[in-house]
Order: sequence, then structure tokens, then C-alpha cells
Amino acid sequence: MVQVRQSTIIDAPIDEVWEILRDFNGHDRWHPAISFSEIEGGEPVDAVGSVRHFRLNDGGELREQLLALSDKDRRLSYCLLEAPLPLMGYVASVRLKPVTDGNATFWEWRSEFNPPAHRRDELVKLVAEGIYQAGFAAVRNLLRGRSAGSPIDVRPSRAVAAPAPSASVPRVAPTVTPGQAATTRAIVVERYGGPEELQLREIGLPKPAPNEVQIRHTVIGVNFIDVYCRTGYFDLLQPPGVPGMEAAGVIEAVGSAVSGFSVGGRVAYACPPVGAYCERRNMVPDLLVHLPDDISDDIAAAGLLKGIAASFLLHEVHVVRPGEVVLIHAAAGGVGQLLVQWARHLGATVIATVSSDDKARIVERLGADHVIVYSRENFAEAVMRLTGGAGADVAYDAVGNDTFGGSLAALGVRGHLVSFGQASGPVGNWDIGRLSSKSVTISRPNYAHYTDTPQKLAPQLNRFFAALRQGTIKVEPPRHYDLAAASEAHRDLESRRTTGALVLKV
Amino acid sequence: MTKVYVSSVIPAPAAEVWKLVRNFNGLPAWAPFVAESRIEQNAQADQIGCIRSFTLKDGGRIRERLLALSDYDLSCSYAILESPMAVENYVATLSLTPITDGNLTLAEWQAEFDCAPDREAALMHQIGTGVFQIALTALKNRFGR
Repeated sequence: MVQVRQSTIIDAPIDEVWEILRDFNGHDRWHPAISFSEIEGGEPVDAVGSVRHFRLNDGGELREQLLALSDKDRRLSYCLLEAPLPLMGYVASVRLKPVTDGNATFWEWRSEFNPPAHRRDELVKLVAEGIYQAGFAAVRNLLRGRSAGSPIDVRPSRAVAAPAPSASVPRVAPTVTPGQAATTRAIVVERYGGPEELQLREIGLPKPAPNEVQIRHTVIGVNFIDVYCRTGYFDLLQPPGVPGMEAAGVIEAVGSAVSGFSVGGRVAYACPPVGAYCERRNMVPDLLVHLPDDISDDIAAAGLLKGIAASFLLHEVHVVRPGEVVLIHAAAGGVGQLLVQWARHLGATVIATVSSDDKARIVERLGADHVIVYSRENFAEAVMRLTGGAGADVAYDAVGNDTFGGSLAALGVRGHLVSFGQASGPVGNWDIGRLSSKSVTISRPNYAHYTDTPQKLAPQLNRFFAALRQGTIKVEPPRHYDLAAASEAHRDLESRRTTGALVLKV
Repeated sequence: MTKVYVSSVIPAPAAEVWKLVRNFNGLPAWAPFVAESRIEQNAQADQIGCIRSFTLKDGGRIRERLLALSDYDLSCSYAILESPMAVENYVATLSLTPITDGNLTLAEWQAEFDCAPDREAALMHQIGTGVFQIALTALKNRFGR
């Protein structure tokens, strides 16, 4: 039997630290080693005896059971039920004590287990450093970020706008010589309207400001949100402006106050402000992602926004549980394909709707349990038939006008309609009183509210990259268009002829 | 039952701090308000049940009985037998916990006692701030880097 004991002082009030640690399922939001966690069987997270099932970034899966939880002593204990490592008989406990002299918190994390003799030192080190010390640092960072209200250095690594030039980042000469007006090719929307409003122009490109980096795009993602920006449905773009919120590329210049990024680094992003439809742009790197070597530019540009969206739709907007019936519209589309694969992996029964037989075959290959061609069959009736009248637990609907009413009809009692788009037009006005006939919940999530800080973004990225690596989801190679042919890409996207992702090549 | 709890981070390894505070007869060496101390009836200072009798710099006299001493848990508990403070059933525990990150020590000092309700707030302040925290701050300064 070995004992591991690590302890530290966290410079935050004990209640704040305990709020984070007492959530037995919350460790995927702060621990850098963990990509995803869920409580089995829908048990309450603070029920003693509940089991958390979680996945590490390296793909390992573990199950741990809550043995004791005390809000009085601010202590919790748990044991390992299953693990990819021989941590035999592992029982651990976490406890906090207040440091009254300064309002800080003492945090102790200890465990006992029986390792095989030849792996003893390795496992002790892993637990002490890879789990406990790494956890201390992550929670410290999380709290520091909260109190500062500013981006923090959480995984995956990202930039922090430093107040002064950092000695560790060499100041690099940008590609643009000062004084000389540089330009870049870009797609400009002069006024809201149809795809024809996407015009190729040469626009000015200033040097990056001290808190910005300059990125040379390699691949640019095309998303339905770009259509909404082009038409003025969302006011994220003010004409004249450059649309686009997703791209992959290479850093070409780094502002003097930026740290964590260097020239030549591979990056990607899926966030406002708009402006991705161009060869080069400057942006504040708060939400910029360092691309791992095993993620190609194509996959990043094709999958980052959709993958992040799928991550929070399935894990936060609605927490999909094993055995739930999940209805997914536009299942052959970019987000749809990810939702189908991921929901299946989470143990749900997936009913997918598509507009054609060709798309139905694609979605069947992705593992959907049932596929409905909604141009031919009333999908609400089909869902009721397939579920023996019980209806769906959750409906993911980005089609909008054409499907909203049917989605409500397809839900079971206490079902959840997640309306996250309106490809066929706005859903219009609905009388919420009618929802009480089934106690329906409706969510209208906004991408930014789940991703606009590094703290919110990190778990989505971790889940998405982990799911890609484990093959839980597969992003199909995207369809390529030239930057100049952006209007063609929008036409194809809006015609619903496409399957999978569309990207612009620079 | 009234409770008082005070804790501080001492910038030294727990074993080093324990060497100093485990001595039940050692208060004059580190607690700034204690003038002198002796163990009654020639007992050893680590003998459970022994009584320390000490005088404060303000002249007050206190007798306390050692209830528990653990070199394993690094903790020491005692009860007040006589004191100028109007408290009853007073039991206190001073304990140390290693902080592995930086090799520091968490020192906790807590007490439980009964008293007249109108004296409670004043006693809590006197014991928590005037005794425990002053002593822990003295420890911090002694080991200060």
C-alpha cells in the first residue's frame, strides 16, 4: 500500500474553492487531464454512491464512485472502479480547510492504493504530479481568471494579452513594412443581401496592434452563421464588412503585448469578430487555438465551429444521457453529422431527419438508428411510431421554420427542443402556453455564450479534440471552393444540396 | 458551546514547526504573551494528563491539562483548569498539517467552551485574535523568510 499526499494553499476563500471541488462531475471543466465526464444513470452529482464516468485526453476511460461528501468538513472521498492503469484499491480524498489569516484555502488531496511493485514509483509520480499537482494549478488558474475577469492561461494553451512586452517572446518584424500600405484579398459585404453581395476586394491590412496577431489563412470555414451575417439576420457584421468566423492558418506577426504565440505557429479559431473570409487578418488571440500536429488545417477549418457547437449542444445545453431518444434535423449537414455520431456514442437512440435519399444513406452510415426523409414522410408521426408513442427526449433543430412545429409535436412529455438555427427561415411567434400540454422546455442557445471566454471554450475544445482522436466523431474532408468563389459556396449551402462541411481555400 | 477557529500558513516544514510547539511547557519560547511556564508535580511535558501552569505578561495565571499529544497527527489538545477568563468546559487543539507545495505548514488552533451569553463575542475575539492569532503570527515571523 502506498500513500500519496499533496497539499497546497489556494489564494481564494474556501467557499469558492469548495464550490468547484464538491461538484463530483465538474472535474472536466478544470482538470487538464480530463476531456469529458458524466454521472452514470442520471444520478444527482452529490448523491453518495454516484459513479462518474470520465475520459482522459489520452483516451483512457475511468469510473469512480463517490464514497463520502461533507459540506460540513468540506471533504469528499471516492474510489476507483475502473481504470486503464493498475491503481489497485485506489481510495482518495479531498479536503479543504480555511486559512483565516488572509482568507485563503488549504487543499489536501490524498490517496492510498496498491501498485504493482515494478510500477510503484511511476504511478506515485503520476498521481502526485499528473493528477494532484496539475489539479491544484488548474483550479488556481481558474480562480485567478474569475477574479481578474480576463482571459487566463488554461488548457489548451492560449494567449494572454500581457500589459508589457514579454521577454520570452521575441519581437518579430511583421511581414508588412511600416509606412507602406499593405493590402489583402478579402470577401466584402457592401450591403446585406443575397450571395451575390459577397464580392472579392483588395482591402487594407494594417500592422497588428500590440495585443493582436496577424494570421495568414490557409483554409476558411463556411457556416450558416455566415449567411445570417450576410443577410443581416444577425448584426455581427456591419457593412461594409468581411464575413466569416472560422479559419485555420499560420501566425505571421505577433503584437508586442502578446505572449503564447510565435511566428510560424499553426492556429485556428471559431469565434467573433467576423472577418475570416480573407487571406490575412489581425485579431486578438484570446480565443485562438494552437492546432495540435494531428489536426489538419482542413479538419480544423471544417470542424472547429461545428465541433464546438456539437460539444455544448450535447453536453451543456442538453446533457444527453444513455437511452435517451434524440431527434436530429438536417442530420447530413455539418453540425448534424457530428451530432449523430456523438449522440450515438453517448448511448442515445438517434432519429435523424434528412431531405433526400442520398443524404439518408450518409446518415445511416454514421450510425443513426432511424432515418426519416422528411420531404416524404411526416417526421413527427414517424418519431411517435418509432418510440411507441413516447416521443423524443430532445430535438436538435437548426432548420427552423419548416420543422419547429413538427419538432414540438415529436417531443415526449418533458421533452427539450433545442432550436439553434433557422436555415428555412425564422420560427415565428408561438404561444408558450401551449407548451404546458407536454411541459416542454425550449432552449435557444447562442454560440458566443458558450464559447466567449477561454474558460468556457476550453472544455469544448478538449471534448472535440478528444472525440476526434478517439474516432467518436469523424469530420469528413470538406468541399473546397476558391476564396473568390465564396458566393457560390453560399448558394450551395443555402440550396441544401451540400453534405458535410464547405471551406474556402486561400 | 462556542467555537473559535484560527489558522495560518507557517513558512517552514511541519516537522520543524512541530519541534517547537509540541513542547507543552514551551510557550514562553514562542507565544509573546506568556512570561513563564512550568509543569506541575515534576511530570514530563509530553505526559498525557500533565498540567502546565503559566503566567501571562499581564500577570494572569492559567493552568491547563494536556489531554492528547500526537507526533503522528502533529496535534495537541488541552483543557483549561483555571484562568482569569470566565470560561467553562474549555478544550483547545493546536494542530499542524504539512503543505507539500512549497514545504510549508498549515497551523490550526481551535477551541470550544461555554460562557455567559453576554461575554461570548468578547471572549471569541479575545481568544481568537488576542491569543491564537497573535501566537500564530509570532510563529510565522519566527520562521519567516
